[in-house]
Amino acid sequence: MSPLFKSLRFLLPLFIFFAIAGFLLKGLWLDPREIPSPLIDKPAPEFRLQSLEDPARQIDRKDMLGKVWLLNAWASWCVACREEHPVLVEFARSSAIPIVGLNYKDTRVDGMRWLAQFGNPYVTSLFDEAGRVGIDFGVYAVPETFLIDKQGVVRFKQIGPVTPELLHEKILPLIQRLNA
Amino acid sequence: MIPEIGNFALMVATAVAVVLGTLPIIGAARGNVRWMELARPAARVLFLLVVVASSCLVASFLHDDFSDVYVANNSTHALPLPYKLAAFWGGHEGSMLLWLQILSFWIFAVSIFSAHLPREMVARILGVMGLVALGFLLFIILTSDPFDRLLPAAAEGNDLNPLLQDPGMVVHPPMLYMGYVGFSVAFAFAIAALLGGNLDATWARWSRPWTTVAWTFLTIGICMGGAWAYYTLGWGGWWFWDPVENASFMPWLAGTALMHSLAVTEKRGGFKVWTVLLAIFAFSLSLLGTFLVRSGVLTSVHAFASDPRRGVFILLFLATVIGGSLALFAWRAPKVGLGERFEMISRESMLLTNNVLFLAAAACVLLGTLYPLILDALGLGKISVGPPYFDTVFVPLMAPALFLMGLGPLARWRKANLPEIAARLKWAFAVSVICAVVVPLVEGRWSPLVALGILLAAWIFGTSVVNLWSRVRPGAGGELRAKLAALPRGYVGMLVAHVGVAVFVVGVTLVKGYEVEKDVRMDVGDTVAVGPYTAKFDGTTEGEGPNYAYLRGQFEILKGEHLVRTMHPEKHQFNARNEPMTDAAIAPGITGDLYISLGEAVSQTAWVVRVYYKPFIDWIWCGCLLMAAGGVLALSDRRYRLAQRRATSSDVTEAGAASGA
Repeated sequence: MSPLFKSLRFLLPLFIFFAIAGFLLKGLWLDPREIPSPLIDKPAPEFRLQSLEDPARQIDRKDMLGKVWLLNAWASWCVACREEHPVLVEFARSSAIPIVGLNYKDTRVDGMRWLAQFGNPYVTSLFDEAGRVGIDFGVYAVPETFLIDKQGVVRFKQIGPVTPELLHEKILPLIQRLNA
Repeated sequence: MIPEIGNFALMVATAVAVVLGTLPIIGAARGNVRWMELARPAARVLFLLVVVASSCLVASFLHDDFSDVYVANNSTHALPLPYKLAAFWGGHEGSMLLWLQILSFWIFAVSIFSAHLPREMVARILGVMGLVALGFLLFIILTSDPFDRLLPAAAEGNDLNPLLQDPGMVVHPPMLYMGYVGFSVAFAFAIAALLGGNLDATWARWSRPWTTVAWTFLTIGICMGGAWAYYTLGWGGWWFWDPVENASFMPWLAGTALMHSLAVTEKRGGFKVWTVLLAIFAFSLSLLGTFLVRSGVLTSVHAFASDPRRGVFILLFLATVIGGSLALFAWRAPKVGLGERFEMISRESMLLTNNVLFLAAAACVLLGTLYPLILDALGLGKISVGPPYFDTVFVPLMAPALFLMGLGPLARWRKANLPEIAARLKWAFAVSVICAVVVPLVEGRWSPLVALGILLAAWIFGTSVVNLWSRVRPGAGGELRAKLAALPRGYVGMLVAHVGVAVFVVGVTLVKGYEVEKDVRMDVGDTVAVGPYTAKFDGTTEGEGPNYAYLRGQFEILKGEHLVRTMHPEKHQFNARNEPMTDAAIAPGITGDLYISLGEAVSQTAWVVRVYYKPFIDWIWCGCLLMAAGGVLALSDRRYRLAQRRATSSDVTEAGAASGA
């Protein structure tokens, strides 16, 4: 074995470590929670749910065709939703597009009380008591928000609260493109 | 006032760590006795200062001082006392303080139990540990201070994470940290030996007990973690290959390899380079684990808030410690001579093979843990690596390792005779094969994986019995009982630990092979059959715990027609945080547990209920505890007690022998 090769052999652990460290450094600026939804650019799942406000009223996927709309999953027990809520209320005032709530694993009484207390940005809320529709949409924590186009195709998904920056930098430009 | 004292103690400790990390090491290089002699007092002062800081945090928790941010985030007035103590490590800042506390405890322990070491060695070991402590002190003070104030103070705290409000969590983190921080001692010994150029059998003899202690703690810690997941997460799982679990498992694999490698270095003078590298690896993996858990680069069920500043700091620290020690290794290790030669078939070669397999296993776990991160960093998309990967790579690596585990202890050093071993083990092998065929048939369904698991477990057990019998067989040289009593504890410890592995393998194999899991909707009066039992749902009742409201289900368990017991799984709703917790009801048994947990309510009276039958699952914990017991036995070996007595009775050390060698 040549001496050069021999000393390289002893350096090998060091090289491997620096390669790993490089990836770790890069990893610090990546968000492991940012997960692309398999639903993006796929038709939104079928659903048929009662409205939160009026159990007699049923809403299904077809009712929303022809419009660009936001589906926002929320719950009265969700703290992050409370943080997000003013942003949605403000956005609803501009009435750019309808926002539909998906009241996820909640009770009617709590949900209604929550809307009365913090304001209601939704044209209506779907009452998903058992969370079945949430599962079809791949919701694993509330809040989550989906942007759905006129053909009923999911174009964008946000896990966690919608922030004003996100709204202005991503969602609004997308809405303009989809409405064009 | 109390948090300020804690903060101040940490700052003074930092200054002490600077002294400990520099002067003794420089002194050892220059032969300056006074600087070297600073190591012990500095180490002890450092320990006391950290104890002061920790006591301040404990006091703040006990006083419900919600003007301390960390206390406000992790406690409430109503939190029961044991959990106020456990809340110490319920969050990021406190966990880091616990790390430091345990590191300084090990530093203190080395300063006490090192009377038999040469002065240079002690100075270097404590110096290296002081530098590691310095890194953690700076990290705590600069990015993760548990003594930050909240003004005005909160009226009520945020409560401890409900998942951590469990008796197991009071003990599990300290055990785990005792383990993986404990590898810092073996690491410091290795670095000191590289610095001093005295990498020899004496060095291995000194490092061995420290490594065994750390390994024993880590084994218990990991076992408790598995048991905790089993009874609190409510899914009946005990190991998820979650990044946080892997973070503790990788040092365990490297530490196991290190323990065995040290034995060869001590007894035969071989594997020196390899052993020193393993010592560096074991501690590096502990540090890497800390980074992975604390920096938030990986998602995990043990989610902690992430802050890139912290990540950058730990990464820099890692680069310094690991990079520095590997560079030192590359510089010094080529000069270390080889040990005695050994043949292809010998105890050395088998130990080496097993070490390589363990290290390969650790590398696979590391790869699986980092793979999602690496792909993401290269822009190749997001993936997650789950149990299928780990199960696939682990079985082929561990199967040969377990097989060799049976052979190794019976093989001779240097050159073993294969036909002779085969002749001694033919009965053990025959019995293993019979077990592998019969046990799965008795359990009801034959499958190749179950047969393999049982074969290997029986093999390890059988070879251990043969090994023991060959030592204590009555005849020439004394009676059975006398021979048993005369066995060295180190040897008995090895056997017990190996049998522990066999017991563990039985547990894992049978749980994986024959568990029954039923997720069913049950209304009052419904029954479901699992394994040998039938469970009947009798409805739920409500009540109040100290800081939570609970809903308790009642199940009657029937075996045939007879009522054998009632079980009460619960749902806890903690008042301060709106998170429900599942408290499973478990009926343990030697041949299997019945496990019931409440899922979601589907109507006023009906629930989704998880009813599981987990055959032989308790063997998993028993196996781990036996492994740990093996470690304790090995530590109680006569030679360590002798060494300690020699060291205390006179100040004459083995220094002469060591430096002369």
